[in-house]
Amino acid sequence: MGRGKALALACVLLAVPFLPVSEFWITVGNYVGISALTALGLVLLTGAAGITSFGQAAFVGLGAYTTAYLTTAYGVSPWLGLMAGLAITAVAAVVLGLLTMRLSGHFLPLGTLAWGLALYFLFGNLEALGKYDGLIGIPPIYLGTVPLDTGRKVFWLIWAIVLVSTMLLENLLISRPGRALRALKQSEALAGSMGVDAGREKLKAFIVAALLASVAGWLFAHMQRTVNPTPFSATASIEYLLMSVIGGLGSVWGALLGAGAVLLLKDLLQRLLPFLSGEVGTYEVVAFGVTLILLLQYSSQGLWGVIARAIPSGPGYAVTTKGAASERLAERSKIARDTTVLSVDAVSKTFGGLVAVNDVSFDVKAGEIVGLIGPNGAGKSTLFNLVSGALSPVGGSVELLGNRTRSGAARSVAQLGVARSFQHVKMDPDMTVLANVSLGAHCRSHCGYIRAMLGLNRREENAVVDDAWRQLKLLGLSDCGLQLGGSLALGQQRLMEISRALALDPVLLLLDEPAAGLRHAEKMELRQVLGQLRSRGLAILLVEHDMELVMGLADRLVVLDFGTKIAEGRPNEVRQNVRVLEAYLGSAG
Amino acid sequence: MNLEIAAFLVQDGMTVGAVYALLAVALVLVFTVTRIIFIPQGEFVSYGALTVVALNTGRTPNTIGLLVVLALLVWMREVWKLARTGFSWRVVNGILRDLAITAGVCAMGYIGASAQVPFAMKALISISIVVLIGTKVYRLVYEPLQSASILVLLIASVGVHLALTGIGLAMFGAEGSRTPPLVDLQANIGALTVTGQSVAIGVAALLAMLALSFFFGRTLEGKALKATAENRLGARLVGIRTVRAGRLALGVAAAIGSASGILLAPLSTIYYDTGFLIGLKGFIAAVIGGMVSYPVAAIGALMIGILESFITFETSSLKDVIVFTLILPVLLYRSLSFRDASQEQSN
Repeated sequence: MGRGKALALACVLLAVPFLPVSEFWITVGNYVGISALTALGLVLLTGAAGITSFGQAAFVGLGAYTTAYLTTAYGVSPWLGLMAGLAITAVAAVVLGLLTMRLSGHFLPLGTLAWGLALYFLFGNLEALGKYDGLIGIPPIYLGTVPLDTGRKVFWLIWAIVLVSTMLLENLLISRPGRALRALKQSEALAGSMGVDAGREKLKAFIVAALLASVAGWLFAHMQRTVNPTPFSATASIEYLLMSVIGGLGSVWGALLGAGAVLLLKDLLQRLLPFLSGEVGTYEVVAFGVTLILLLQYSSQGLWGVIARAIPSGPGYAVTTKGAASERLAERSKIARDTTVLSVDAVSKTFGGLVAVNDVSFDVKAGEIVGLIGPNGAGKSTLFNLVSGALSPVGGSVELLGNRTRSGAARSVAQLGVARSFQHVKMDPDMTVLANVSLGAHCRSHCGYIRAMLGLNRREENAVVDDAWRQLKLLGLSDCGLQLGGSLALGQQRLMEISRALALDPVLLLLDEPAAGLRHAEKMELRQVLGQLRSRGLAILLVEHDMELVMGLADRLVVLDFGTKIAEGRPNEVRQNVRVLEAYLGSAG
Repeated sequence: MNLEIAAFLVQDGMTVGAVYALLAVALVLVFTVTRIIFIPQGEFVSYGALTVVALNTGRTPNTIGLLVVLALLVWMREVWKLARTGFSWRVVNGILRDLAITAGVCAMGYIGASAQVPFAMKALISISIVVLIGTKVYRLVYEPLQSASILVLLIASVGVHLALTGIGLAMFGAEGSRTPPLVDLQANIGALTVTGQSVAIGVAALLAMLALSFFFGRTLEGKALKATAENRLGARLVGIRTVRAGRLALGVAAAIGSASGILLAPLSTIYYDTGFLIGLKGFIAAVIGGMVSYPVAAIGALMIGILESFITFETSSLKDVIVFTLILPVLLYRSLSFRDASQEQSN
């Protein structure tokens, strides 16, 4: 949604309290706003980063109870209550996040669910917090000397905060941190290979989502003027998740839409169902549960997805300016030809009793293409992963320009200037090709959350996009820049991966079977591009099955069999090597 | 606290812990075979117990009504598929067999409510009803989502949990119920009174675990489940029908859940939503076992039961706070012992 449309929406919303709207709708509007704030956090957390939290209501509760307790027991200003609430929430989110972010996806939702329940029972059992009766007599928020003591007055504050948060979050999602999160959601290996610190990025998203929920809790406490544990139960957390799923996790506007839809639906159910069933409150949750399941089965895009399809819009997640950059991204200083870039020294790797790589040494120089070949199961992929830092060797060392790489840390290897492609293409199919390639420049740009949210990253972002365009052009993909990644043909996807790797401005390029699935013409193109990169002084390590390509392209070949290096040399030397022939064709004797 | 009280608390804790252990084993089973984090497991506990309560008081259990509705939905979906893909005897046979089983279990439910039948029979009827409900839920909710990620399946589980809790309230009402003890025996060992009920629960839990290990170690069906858990695609390639494995896993989980409920009902009052919290404690145990290890999960469950019984003795109001906060050190432990290499998984 463009700035103009957002501004129009803001004007309409902020004019609402002046209009002759009934109190009922003002109240609904207030609740929608407060819920939307929490749901916004989930758009970032679940929609972008792919982390599900069943504990957001507990963060809302932390914000609400902190301010409620401080303002009633000590009579402090609600604004101080907000600060204290944010501080406590941040600490809780950091602790919880540190405990769970390293674990694979499903432990976090479980952790948040249990933790949310624990906090709910804590609210309900602490004497100081009024047990299950809660706290009453919470003062309204004062803007200067004006108390926001009616629904109409607080409406402005709520919606101003919601709209500002929405804009900030939208800015965040289309820039560097947003791309990193979306890459993480696709695959941690992909994000790591681009230099993204997975744990840190996830933790940051988790904290931002928690803080949004905490602000919502603060607004809730001062609007209601009383708090009790019920609105912060696990059921409420699930409701927030439902809102963001119904609205559509792909867009910040989905959160607003989902909050509105769910609250109106709930209200409707509460009024209708007693007539239909004669009972109160029973079928509401059933309807909720069934709606959630049907949505998952039939529409994963949510309401916003339906609307977004109806109104034509820009390409989404990408700045599209071409050549508008006023500056270029910094590039590494060129490395002199024939400098040893990669030096692998006696590395070994075992899996249990299986020796996958045994005492292998070789090196790759700047301006040289080295092909790594060998029969199936020879240990090529393992060696490749050892070099890229995805695996750590049990013995030996991998050095890059004389620096020993930290084992098992793909991220730090990427920061040293090693870029890779994947045997099975990894990308975000819902981002544009341009945005996917921009991800490659993660290490070369520095914009953090705050600058991204405030839109202070224009210049850097333009430079990143400009660089991405250049890489795409090099691989002949400039026409597809604004298409979605998922719409590319397999061959183009592989070339896109190489563009992305180049956006990292690497000294060493690792290519894992780049020609697999490519048509003949595409292979020729690939060959030409790789040759061009070599002449620019890039070191390239190539794992490939296509012998014609490898023999024609590589300066040297390293041949593996059963984890051991059996030959090394120029392609035509290796072709004559007896041991190589034996490995490929079986021994004659 | 003296030794006598401590011994009593340990016994009490182990009894409840044995129930958590059963649930933890069921959760691990469902997760490893289907990748579903099965939040609604606890609902089976309430459903099982309260169905027996209904049979005890001579009422036809409402769970039969739920079963019929779910079955009709499943068959409608099957017929719809038939209409689209063309006639197939296999599908028709499947529907007919399903129809016969469902009708049989419903009839047993009616007989159980109206005629005098022994308690074991009532327990069996209740378990059968809940098992059928469990498999129908799997077919309706999870089969269409088979290729979805763990997270989508988890969100779906939460949906199922909400729906089943609401239906539970409609079926059983808000009041809780207790059943008379299964075994009305007591024995005194020194100063400690051992109740027959806790022995019964312990024995049942042990038997269930033995049966499971026999099932997985010795039967073809069990080995197929294990293979599916290990590698879905591989299992499919050697001819194991992974869809059936999923149904079977859910059926076993439902049987374990409802049996736990029936065992627990004489000890504590069961409400329509009691199962959720019990199930979650089973979850913490399952997480202790990393969602994959049966023995570690079972030991964890016993520990949670004992801890909970001691906490309840000291400060009953904060019991749930402490038990659920327990997940944090557990996650910390898992986080520290986590191996980086296996990070990339299919989700």
